[in-house]
Amino acid sequence: MATVTQKQQLFGHAASNHYLDASRGVMSWIFTLDHKRIAIMYMYGVIASLFLAGIFALVLRTELYTPGPWFLSNAVYNQMFTLHGAVMVFLFIIPSVPAIIGNFVLPMMLGAKDVAFPRLNLASLWLYWLGGIFFIVVLSTTQLDTGWTFYTPYSTSSSKTNVIAATLGAFILGFSSIFTGLNFIVTINTMRPKGMTWFRLPLLLWGLYSTSIIQVLATPVLGITLLLLIVERTLKLGIFDPAYGGDPLLYQHFFWFYSHPAVYIMILPAMGVISEMLAVHCRKEVFGYKFIAMSSVAIALIGFLVWGHHMFTSGQSELTSLVFSAITFSVAVPSAVKVFNWLCTMYRGDINLSTPMLYVMSFIFLFGIGGLTGLWLGALSTDIPLHDTYFVVAHFHYVMVGGTMTALLGGLFHWWPKFSGRMYNEPLGKLFCFFVFAGFNLTFFPQFIMGSLGMPRRYHEYAEIYQIYHQASTWGAFTLGIGIFGAVMVLVYAWFFGRKASGNPWGAATLEWQCSSPPSFHNFEHRVIVSEPYDFESVIYDESVDGYIPVIPKRDLAPNQQPATATH
Amino acid sequence: MASTNVVRDEYSPLVDLEHSHEHEHAPFIAHHFYTAEQQFDSGKLGIWLFLVTEVLFFGGLFVAYIIYRYNRPEVFIDAHQYLDTLLGGLNTIVLLFSSLTMAWGVRAAQMGDNKTTAISVLVTMVCAAIFLGVKAVEYSHKWDLGLLPGNMFSYDPHAEHPHHMISDYLILLCIPFAIVFVVTALISILNLRTGQTLAGRFHGGLAITMLGFFLGVVVGVVWNANMISHEEHGEGHHAAAVGESPVRPVSYVADDATSKSGAADASPATATASNVAHPIDKSLGVFFSIYYCMTGLHAIHIIGGIIALSWIFYRSLAAHWRPDYFGPVDYVGLYWHLVDLIWIYLFPLMYLIR
Ligand code: HEM
Ligand SMILES: [Cu+2]
Repeated sequence: MATVTQKQQLFGHAASNHYLDASRGVMSWIFTLDHKRIAIMYMYGVIASLFLAGIFALVLRTELYTPGPWFLSNAVYNQMFTLHGAVMVFLFIIPSVPAIIGNFVLPMMLGAKDVAFPRLNLASLWLYWLGGIFFIVVLSTTQLDTGWTFYTPYSTSSSKTNVIAATLGAFILGFSSIFTGLNFIVTINTMRPKGMTWFRLPLLLWGLYSTSIIQVLATPVLGITLLLLIVERTLKLGIFDPAYGGDPLLYQHFFWFYSHPAVYIMILPAMGVISEMLAVHCRKEVFGYKFIAMSSVAIALIGFLVWGHHMFTSGQSELTSLVFSAITFSVAVPSAVKVFNWLCTMYRGDINLSTPMLYVMSFIFLFGIGGLTGLWLGALSTDIPLHDTYFVVAHFHYVMVGGTMTALLGGLFHWWPKFSGRMYNEPLGKLFCFFVFAGFNLTFFPQFIMGSLGMPRRYHEYAEIYQIYHQASTWGAFTLGIGIFGAVMVLVYAWFFGRKASGNPWGAATLEWQCSSPPSFHNFEHRVIVSEPYDFESVIYDESVDGYIPVIPKRDLAPNQQPATATH
Repeated sequence: MASTNVVRDEYSPLVDLEHSHEHEHAPFIAHHFYTAEQQFDSGKLGIWLFLVTEVLFFGGLFVAYIIYRYNRPEVFIDAHQYLDTLLGGLNTIVLLFSSLTMAWGVRAAQMGDNKTTAISVLVTMVCAAIFLGVKAVEYSHKWDLGLLPGNMFSYDPHAEHPHHMISDYLILLCIPFAIVFVVTALISILNLRTGQTLAGRFHGGLAITMLGFFLGVVVGVVWNANMISHEEHGEGHHAAAVGESPVRPVSYVADDATSKSGAADASPATATASNVAHPIDKSLGVFFSIYYCMTGLHAIHIIGGIIALSWIFYRSLAAHWRPDYFGPVDYVGLYWHLVDLIWIYLFPLMYLIR
C-alpha cells in the first residue's frame, strides 16, 4: 500500500511547496509563466471590474428610483450606463470564466503541466491590464457616452467624449482574448497525455474549446472594426460615416458579426462549468455527454450566422431579417439540448445541496428564462415592439448575469479548495447565494414587464406608470449587490482562515483533483491516472488525507510478462 | 468495486522518464513539453491559428472593399488610374521572390544548414525593405497630389502639381530608416572590431536591410521622374497624376439631393470652362480610405515581418537550427507567406481594376 505520507503528499493539503509559495515577491507574480498564478491575477482584475461596474449599476438604479431627473444629469447618466456596459462586457464577463477558471483548471484537467504557450498566456494577461488602463483613462477624462455598442455615426462624429481611448482599450482586450483562445485550442489539441481521448475530455474543456474557436474566428473582425472606427473618427475616412459617403449599417454588421458570437464566448464556458459541478454534486455521470459536448460546438458554429437578429429594425431587407430570424431559432436547439441533459442528470442523482450546487440550480432556472425570452426577441413580429426596450435589457441580463456570473461564482466556490487549499464556510456561502438569486430576480423580472409595457432602454426619465417596476428593480439591485459582495467576502475569508482542504474534497473524478490542494508548481507529482471524467468509482475516500484519492485500475498485463518488442 | 480495482502499491512518481533522454538531443525544448515533436506540433498549430486570425482581420477590410466597389463601381474604376501599376507590379515581383528565398531558408534550416538559412533570411529581409521603399515613394507622391483618404481628399485635377522629385513626405518617411541604418552600421563595425562576430554580423545584416529600403526608394524616385518627364513631352501614360483625367469624375455620392447641385458645376463641361472656382470632388476619397487602410495594414505586417525575420536571422547566425529543431523558422516562414499572399490579392484589387 502507498504509505500514508506519500498519499498525503500527493493528494492531501499542501502546507508548503505549492504554486503559491514556489517563489516570492511581486515580480515573481508579474512575470510568472505559471497558468495558475496567471489565473489568480486575472481574478483580481475581473473581480475589481465587477465591483467597479457594479457600483455604476447601483448609481444608475438609484437615479431611476424616481421618474424625473434626480441627481444625475442626462450626460452623466449616458456616460454611466456606457461605462457600466463596456466595463462589464469587455473587462468582466468575456474574460471571466475562461481567464480565471479556464486558465487555472484547463491544463490540470488535461493532465498537462501548463498551457502550450505560457509566454503567450502571460502576454494575454498584460494585454488585459493594458486594455484596463485605457478604460481607466476614459474614466478619468471625458468618459464615454456611446453605449457599449459604439454605433456609428454617433461614435465617429457626434460624441464629444473619449471614444478613441475606449475603443483602443477594447481593441487591445480583443487581442488578449484571441491569444487566450489560441492557446487553449493548441493546448487541448497537443498537450493531452496518453489515455486522454477527445471523448474523455471533461465537458468544461469542450465548452472552452468551442469558446476558443469563436474567439479566434470572431474577435479579429471586432479588432478591424474598432480600428476602422478609430481611423474614421480621426481621419474622416467615409467608411462608416454617411456624411462622408460611408455606410453606418456596415458598422452594425461588423459589430454584431463579432458581438453575437461573443455572447457565446460568455455563455459556453459557463455552461461547461455547470456541467462539471452538476456531475460532481449529483455524483452521477452526466446524462448525454456527447450531446452536451457536440451542442457546444454546434452553438459555436451556428452562432456565427445569426448576428442579423440585432438589426431587425435597422433597415435591413425583409428577406434578410426573415433568414436571420429562422437561424436564430435553430441556435436555441443546442442550448435546449443542454438544459434537458442537465435536468436528466439531476434526475435521481445523489444531490448534495452545497453552495456550488445551489448556483447550478439557479443557473439552470435563470438561463432557461433568459434563453426562452431570446426566442421572443428572435421572432420578427415580437421583436419589432420589444426591440430597444427593457425587455431586451432583462433578456441579456438573465443570460449574462443569471447565466455567466452565476456560473462564475458557483465555479469559484467549487474550485476554491483547489485555488486556495481552503474550504469556504458552507452556510454563509448558501446564504449569499440566496441573496444573489432573489436579488437578481427582483431586479430583472420587473424589467420584462415594463419592457413589454413599452419602457425604452437607456432612458433617464420615464412615465409614472413604470415607477413601481423601477423601484422594485432598484431594491433588487441592492439585494443582488449585497449577495455578490457577501459571496466574494466568504471566499476572501476562506482564503486566509478557511478549514484546510484536501486534494479532492468533493470526490470528483476529473484530473485537476488528482493532486494536492493547492497544487504544486508542476501540478502533478505523479503520473496522472486518466479515467472517464465522470466515473465516480474511480476515486475512493481515504481517511488519512480527509478526501478522495484515485483508485488505480487493475493492470491487464501481468508484471512478469514482458512485452515482446521491448527494445530499449 | 474492490474486486475489479486494486490499489496499486505506489502512485508512480513523475520521474524524469519522459525528459531524461529528450534533453540531450533537443536543447530548446520547454519544460512543459514531453517531446520535441509535441513542441513542434503545438507551435505549428498555433501559427496556423494565428494566420487564421490574420485572414479574418484583413477579411473585414476585404468585405468593406467588396461592398463599396459593388455600390460605386465608377469610383473604383476611376480611382485605380491614380495608382502606378508598374511600381505595384515591381513590388509584387519583389515579394514573390522573397517568398522563394524564405522557403529556401526553411528548407536549409530543416537540414541544419545554418549558413544558408542566414543568407536566405537576410535576402528575404532586404526584399521586404525594398518593398517598403517603393511603397514610401508611392505614398509620398500621392500625399503630394492630395490623393488622401476620405474627407481629406484634396486632389484637384486643375491645379498645378509640384514637380519636385523628392517630396518632403518622402524625406520624413526615410528618416527612421536612416537612423536605424546609421545606428546598426556603427554597432556592427564596433562589434566586428572588438571581435564579437555574431553581434557584428547580426547588426550588419540589419544595416544591409535598411539599405534595401533606400534601394527601393531610389528605384521609385527614378521611375517617377521618368514618368514626369514623359508627360512633359506630351506622351502622358500617367495622365491622371498631372493634368486632366480622361474620365473626369462628376460626383459619385449616391445621394442626389446634395450631389446634384454640386454635380452641376463640377461636370466636365463647366469645370473646364471655369477654371477659377470649382469644388473639389471628394467622392474618390472613399477609394483612398480603403486603399490606405488595406495597404497600410499590410505595410505594418511587413514591418512586423522584418522584426520577426531578424530574430530568425540572429538565431541562424548563432547556428540554432538542427534537423530536430527548426520550428521558429517554419513558423515565421508561414507568416511571411501569408503576408505575401495578402499582397497578391491586394495588387489586382487595387491596381488592376477595369
Ligand atoms: C438562447 C438563445 C438566444 C437567443 C435566441 C437570443 C436572441 C436575442 C435577440 C433576438 C436579441 C436582439 C434583441 C433586440 O435588440 O431587439 C438579443 C439581444 C441580446 N442578447 Fe440574446 N439570445 C440568446 C442567448 C443569449 C446569450 C446566451 C447571451 C449572453 C450571454 C445573450 C446576450 C444578448 C445581449 C447582450 C443582447 C443585447 C445587445 C444590445 O443590444 O446591447 N443572448 N438576443
Ligand atoms: Cu445575438
